[in-house]
Amino acid sequence: MFKTLLRQVRQYKWAALLTPVWTTAEVVMGILIPYVTASIIDKGINAGNIGNVYKYGALMLVLACFSLLFGILAARFAAYSSTGLAANLREAMYRNIQRFSFSDIDKFSTAGLVTRMTTDVSNIQSAFQMLLRTSFRAPLNMVSALFMCFFINGKLSIIFLVAMLVLSVFLTVLISRAAKLFKEIFKRYDDLNGVVQENVSAIRVVKAFVRENHEISKFDKAALSLYTLNVKAEGLMALNHPVMNLVVNASIIALSWWGAHFIVGGTLTTGQLTSLFSYITTILGALMMLSMIIVQLTQSAASGTRIAEVINEQPDMDNPGDPVMQVADGAVDFDHVYFSYKKGGDYALEDIDLHIRAGETIGIIGGTGSGKSSLGNLVSRLYDVSEGSVRVGGVDVRRYDMQVLRGEVVMVLQKSTLFSGTILENLRWGKPDATLEECREACRQACADEFVQGFPDGYETRIDQGGTNVSGGQRQRLCIARALLKHPKVLILDDSTSAVDTATDARIREAFMQRIPGTTKIIISQRILSIRDADRIIVMDNGRVNGFDTHDNLLRFNEIYRDIYDMQTSGGEGDFDANALKN
Amino acid sequence: MRGGDRGPRGGATLKDLRNIGTVRRLFAFIFANYKISLIVVLVCIVISSLTSLASSLFTRTLIDDYILPMLSSQAASDLLGDAGVGPDYRPLAVALFKLAGILLAGIAAGYAYNVIMIFVGQGTMRKLREQVFRHMETLPLRFFDNHSHGDVMSVYTNDIDTLRQVIGSSVPRLFQSLITIAATFVSMLVLSLPLTLVSIVVAFAMFKVTRTMGNLSRKYFTERQKNLGIVNGFIEEMVSGQKVVKVYCHEQQAMEEFSVINERLRKSVYNANRIGNIIMPVNHNLAEFGYVLLAIVGALIALGGWQGWWLCGLDGAALTLGTIVSFLTLQRNFTRPVSQISNEINSIVMASAGTDRVYALLDEASEPDAGKVSLVNVDARMQEVPERTGRWAWKRPDGSLRPLEGLVSLDTVDFSYVPEKQVLFDISLTAYPGQKIAFVGGTGAGKTTITNLINRFYEIQDGTITYDGFNVSDIEKDSLRRSLGIVLQETQLFSGTVLENIRYGRLDATDEECRAAARLVYADAFIRRLPNGYDTVLSADGGNLSQGERQLLAIARAAVANPPVLILDEATSSIDTRTEKLIQAGMDSLMKGRTTFVIAHRLSTVQNADYIMVLEKGRIIERGKHWELLEQKGKYYELYTGNQISA
Repeated sequence: MFKTLLRQVRQYKWAALLTPVWTTAEVVMGILIPYVTASIIDKGINAGNIGNVYKYGALMLVLACFSLLFGILAARFAAYSSTGLAANLREAMYRNIQRFSFSDIDKFSTAGLVTRMTTDVSNIQSAFQMLLRTSFRAPLNMVSALFMCFFINGKLSIIFLVAMLVLSVFLTVLISRAAKLFKEIFKRYDDLNGVVQENVSAIRVVKAFVRENHEISKFDKAALSLYTLNVKAEGLMALNHPVMNLVVNASIIALSWWGAHFIVGGTLTTGQLTSLFSYITTILGALMMLSMIIVQLTQSAASGTRIAEVINEQPDMDNPGDPVMQVADGAVDFDHVYFSYKKGGDYALEDIDLHIRAGETIGIIGGTGSGKSSLGNLVSRLYDVSEGSVRVGGVDVRRYDMQVLRGEVVMVLQKSTLFSGTILENLRWGKPDATLEECREACRQACADEFVQGFPDGYETRIDQGGTNVSGGQRQRLCIARALLKHPKVLILDDSTSAVDTATDARIREAFMQRIPGTTKIIISQRILSIRDADRIIVMDNGRVNGFDTHDNLLRFNEIYRDIYDMQTSGGEGDFDANALKN
Repeated sequence: MRGGDRGPRGGATLKDLRNIGTVRRLFAFIFANYKISLIVVLVCIVISSLTSLASSLFTRTLIDDYILPMLSSQAASDLLGDAGVGPDYRPLAVALFKLAGILLAGIAAGYAYNVIMIFVGQGTMRKLREQVFRHMETLPLRFFDNHSHGDVMSVYTNDIDTLRQVIGSSVPRLFQSLITIAATFVSMLVLSLPLTLVSIVVAFAMFKVTRTMGNLSRKYFTERQKNLGIVNGFIEEMVSGQKVVKVYCHEQQAMEEFSVINERLRKSVYNANRIGNIIMPVNHNLAEFGYVLLAIVGALIALGGWQGWWLCGLDGAALTLGTIVSFLTLQRNFTRPVSQISNEINSIVMASAGTDRVYALLDEASEPDAGKVSLVNVDARMQEVPERTGRWAWKRPDGSLRPLEGLVSLDTVDFSYVPEKQVLFDISLTAYPGQKIAFVGGTGAGKTTITNLINRFYEIQDGTITYDGFNVSDIEKDSLRRSLGIVLQETQLFSGTVLENIRYGRLDATDEECRAAARLVYADAFIRRLPNGYDTVLSADGGNLSQGERQLLAIARAAVANPPVLILDEATSSIDTRTEKLIQAGMDSLMKGRTTFVIAHRLSTVQNADYIMVLEKGRIIERGKHWELLEQKGKYYELYTGNQISA
């Protein structure tokens, strides 16, 4: 994990490496200053020598100036490299997400990817900055202050060693126990979030069933367990303060006692004693800081792991070594295809063997979960088959360059997604250099031109995020127009006109017949009406092909198809109740 | 670490705090709940600040009153030649014991207030969370329509979490700093007037510098927040639409766009953090400058031999070596809190964005509910009974009962979600007890909206809706909704077992009742095929079930609730026609004897309704029985002969 993250420092490497250098220099200055302070007191004030006060005062000012300079440099470099790392991490993740296959996206979930790219990255950014600025400072402060102590008085420094030992043992125990609690707390946060999320998205159900109090008690339970754990964890961390103070103060008293003896004995000056007082605070403060760093690093380790997962994810689909760059025609063949969304999971499609000629119009119908969409997904290689092969233009889809394949096989997805931007910009996803006239032509075919012209800004109308300012049916038609602009050899519509009224639906299909006769059209639908005019219709049932024939033949020989047909056209003349009871 | 980026610190003053109304409300809330705790905390803070002051003053006592006299007595005894008698350490030992006692008291006080503040801080967060959630449950649906789920959720975690920092550490530290400054200031005055003056100058300079830099960084901070929003928005949108990006091979372009805004974000974060980071070393070294200045001034006064009351401290004593040393230590005590104060104020200002959002949610108006008529269970003799009997009655405010029949009537109802866009016009209809009323029409015709008005998800603008003769606004909201079972278009499941999800319809239903409900709507078969049957744990989004199976569970949920009146909004839209055929019998028995409102786009569901309302653009354009409407050869006929009513 650390390796993955550190590799992303890239062009900010020198800044990251120099930060500790500046910090070190700053620390050295900070250590020297109390020593000079002691000289001011001893050699200046104590000795009644105003010249020495000036001399050492000037020296101290010079040191402080350098300390300031180094401090500023360290601060800048730390900010530079940590924000740079954050930017690189976002970029690396985003770049890899672009390579993700559909199943990779399913695996991480959209919400998961968004949190990783935002919250997790800013966690790492602050952790990295802290690492650069303080993790060198703390031990360095400690070691050099200790060194200075021994330099002043070796025997008295034993007090420091004992104090440090006691504190280290205490901190180790404290941190390891707190880290466990914090991990638990993160889980509790997820629970709390879960309750809120469910409540908010199911608010209509909650209100309809008058379950507000039920939900409140669920929430209170989650809030209470979060509270209990937090109090426990913070209570543990609160021990830090008194124990630290206890050790510092005990050291000060010990120092006062033995220091007095040494001064009386003539082996220590009063100035040196004040220096020692200030060093003891430095040392123990550094130890404290170190403990905080460790706690924070353990907390951000979770974020780091999550980021590394995205960066290191090997997309399960890649371009072949020697890709085919040309799609001959729109013929589609399924050769004994088996497919499952999860490795080793249940098959969503079983033994599919279908052969579709270029330019044919094919309808696919079947119940929920019968595998209609899966069939379409495989043609544009949004997923890879588990067994068998899917061929387009006679060539296995896995042998094509993916860009080439998806340029020729376009699937209009079930969930119609538009992006914020103008209508024209959205259409041009299909063809970046399309002229306004081309876009209008595509919209005319998709029966979208009329309503787009109706908007005050026409094709320059802005679409809000999520496309919420156009209706579901309008969104679907724009998505179809966008696909048409690609002039694909195979066009797959996955229930893409479900929110479009019947008459318009018919007009769109009519336009397909007239304008793009050479394109293979695969229309997936729940409605008989949308597919009855197709050259041939595939009836899917439970992941298998139940029938593949013309409307007339299916009506005659296929039971499922006839059922659906009866249901949707005759509306069921009251006899379906009897049927239901028979089953 | 949650939420990570807290931004640069420093630069705010108490003046900024005055502008923040919500922070004041938060403090009022805390004070109201934890009055005694806070007084104890204040006392503890005073004790702990004074003891730490005592320990720094001790340096002077140690040197002036103990070590130097010992040195001189040593010198004296050396002079006298009696080497055997060493200096007397007893007074020192006594003084050190006293000090130890004071320090222990300080540590105890410090620990005590820290622990109390944990309870106060975490307790406040918990109370606030619960209060926000409780309030959220009373908000009208309009609120949920207008706010994204992400926004609402971040109130509970991000926003409330920033308060922990404020309550738990910023505020006590702010108090401690103020007390320390005050106490230190007094002791400094006692020790030496001129040196105090120097200290004030230094502290003022630090304050000024911090403020200037803070202002500077705030400009960048605003920019940073803006860019952060842009990047987050981009990621949110593009990652959600990633499948489309792939289908259109838009990856390269998306990457390029992202690089541009990502770089812009990096720059602004760098600018903001750079200045924020510098504040600390600048303050630190300014304090060092002050230290040198004091040493020089002190030495000049002490060695210059000048006299005068203005060169002394308030205690009237002239400047001694020990005084200077003590003063130098005090100086550190004085400058540290100065820079700390502006840090803490700054973090309170940052958190105020969080408190703003928390209180914005708490200030949202609740659903109006002035109804007095309630729903009660009655026995066969029309006497109110506490247990569930399957018989219902309305209880008027005067205690009289009226049996629930299920007569729902809308009279010239107008409605709009937003004032300028009316959705329903002049809707009048009556559903007599036990009738099945169907609504058909295109998207946006207003079908769902009508049902949303009956259970008062939204308030009507004009006209009246009555239920068994009561105006629905006179019925308690909870009672009204309990009397209406509803199956919604979008199925929502809760994380929990299948059984728990069905039981959501009626919390006191037995396992057997839940299973019976499932059998009634033909959900039993697929449930038993699940890995753990009725005990299979479902995730919130029901990822392991198909849309149709989820709808079956929602119907079972309504069945177990067994309500007097039913609303089915496209309840079977995702169930394929064959399964729908299967559950039709169940649905029919569910609807039997109840007033039912049905919205559907399948004719099979609609045509045996007692009345069919054809809606277009918010108006009822045709109404009647199936065959009557066919004879009219109007819109319904058109839809019917098109074989499929568009959804």
